[in-house]
Amino acid sequence: MELEISNVLKVAVHFSFFVLSLSLFLGLYRLLTGPTLPDRIVVMDLIASVSIGMIITYIIATGQTVFLNVAVAIAIFVFLGNIAFANYLTRRYKK
Amino acid sequence: MTDWIIAFFLIMGSLFMLVAAIGVVKFDDVYMRMHAITKAASLGALLMLVAVSIGYISFIVWVEAVMVIVFIILTTPIASQMISKASHKTKMPKGEGYVADELEEAEKNNP
Repeated sequence: MELEISNVLKVAVHFSFFVLSLSLFLGLYRLLTGPTLPDRIVVMDLIASVSIGMIITYIIATGQTVFLNVAVAIAIFVFLGNIAFANYLTRRYKK
Repeated sequence: MTDWIIAFFLIMGSLFMLVAAIGVVKFDDVYMRMHAITKAASLGALLMLVAVSIGYISFIVWVEAVMVIVFIILTTPIASQMISKASHKTKMPKGEGYVADELEEAEKNNP
């Protein structure tokens, strides 16, 4: 079923892209200046959620629902990355 | 009418993600930052997936949206618990204003 892009939806999509890229830049600031390693790992989670939001906004803007597969893949792989980083953190500081 | 509902869910989701990002910048501790991210960002992603599943009424889209929601709700608490346990075990610096830390007291009492 095709979604008709009305003016309301166009304004909402532009606003949502603006807010999401603003939060991506805030996360990038914390990623660059984070004092410790776990801060940077935590920001990776935020960046993954924001990119899922950007994919969904892009789907609503263009109507290409195929890109939901990318959201599924990101949701799976970020979990694995978080577990691996936690394991690495405990092993690195154990010495 | 449908586009107003989709626009509402989209804007609410992106604003929740902005709240999470502001919390990451403003808080001064690993545990507080994790507290900000894991709740606000997953609620934002959930609201945006509700928006896309209202907009496109088809079986495949609904299955994939439910898959993403279930993955986020299942995996975010586990991952954040692992990372906070690791950073507590490696003695990361804590911010101001902590009232109690029961894990540290328990480790001090029975080493």
